[in-house]
Amino acid sequence: MIENTKFQIGDLVRVRVNHTSGHCRTPQFVQGKTGEVVAVFGQFPNPEQRAYGSNGLPHQILYQVCFDQTDLWVNYSGPEQDTLRIDLFEHWLESVSTKHEV
Amino acid sequence: MHDHDDHSHHDHSHDPITSEAEDSLFAAREVAIRTLLIEKGIFSADELRHRVELMEGRSPALGAKVVARAWIDGAYKARLLADAETAVQELGLETMHTSKIVAVENTDDTHNVIVCTLCSCYPIAILGRPPAWYKSLAYRSRVVANPRPVLEEFGLSLPNDVAVRVHDSTADIRYLVIPQRPEGTENLSEVELAGLVTRDSMIGVALAQSL
Repeated sequence: MIENTKFQIGDLVRVRVNHTSGHCRTPQFVQGKTGEVVAVFGQFPNPEQRAYGSNGLPHQILYQVCFDQTDLWVNYSGPEQDTLRIDLFEHWLESVSTKHEV
Repeated sequence: MHDHDDHSHHDHSHDPITSEAEDSLFAAREVAIRTLLIEKGIFSADELRHRVELMEGRSPALGAKVVARAWIDGAYKARLLADAETAVQELGLETMHTSKIVAVENTDDTHNVIVCTLCSCYPIAILGRPPAWYKSLAYRSRVVANPRPVLEEFGLSLPNDVAVRVHDSTADIRYLVIPQRPEGTENLSEVELAGLVTRDSMIGVALAQSL
């Protein structure tokens, strides 16, 4: 069990938009989208710091978040049960209570 | 008599072999940094050579060994899915301390496929270096948005009742797909089973080889 995490498996989260400037590991196509936390991987160095020669501290909690493909892409051609799972750091995520909360 | 060593008289259709790659800006930078690191005593030339030798010695055969064990040993598969790092080390294989391996299992209901949209993250420790297409912009940009047509191009047609689960490897996790064990392989040995586990099946763009 990993302690002091803001989110748990099953939580709905929305990915912040343009949350940091410069190098980040959060692709545009998930920014602003809502998904579900499906794994909590623990603490890892922050790549946004490491990209510029720092040690990546403080560490960030890394999660795996699951999105419905039909929520990510307009006119997604596959069936609605297709999903995309992506690894995202905690500071990019915010809590939402429902999938379509504005 | 024709002299095979005399290239000047050969009828060559290919481009001349040049040292263009070695002369590039990036290659020059690599030489400069490497030389400095060795001069400063951070590592020796022999240590570097040894790391390169180790890296190039890794191949998909390592991952195939892991998958074959998971196929024949349910308890091992459970450990692999719960904590792949430890399960891989259990077979005497070396992992990287800079990243963490996670195994995902293909089932009758779910097919997993791996991509790194941002660069080319790949479980090098157990699959060796990634294929060129895995690093291509075309694969990286297309498989996230249109996985089924891309898999079709690889020759893999999945029915709609099998959910396609794309894993975008954006951070420190390196994904290994455990393909489904092919039908009719009950009597095969572990080594024979490993021979059916191809690199592409562990990336998720193909099934394991059938008999």
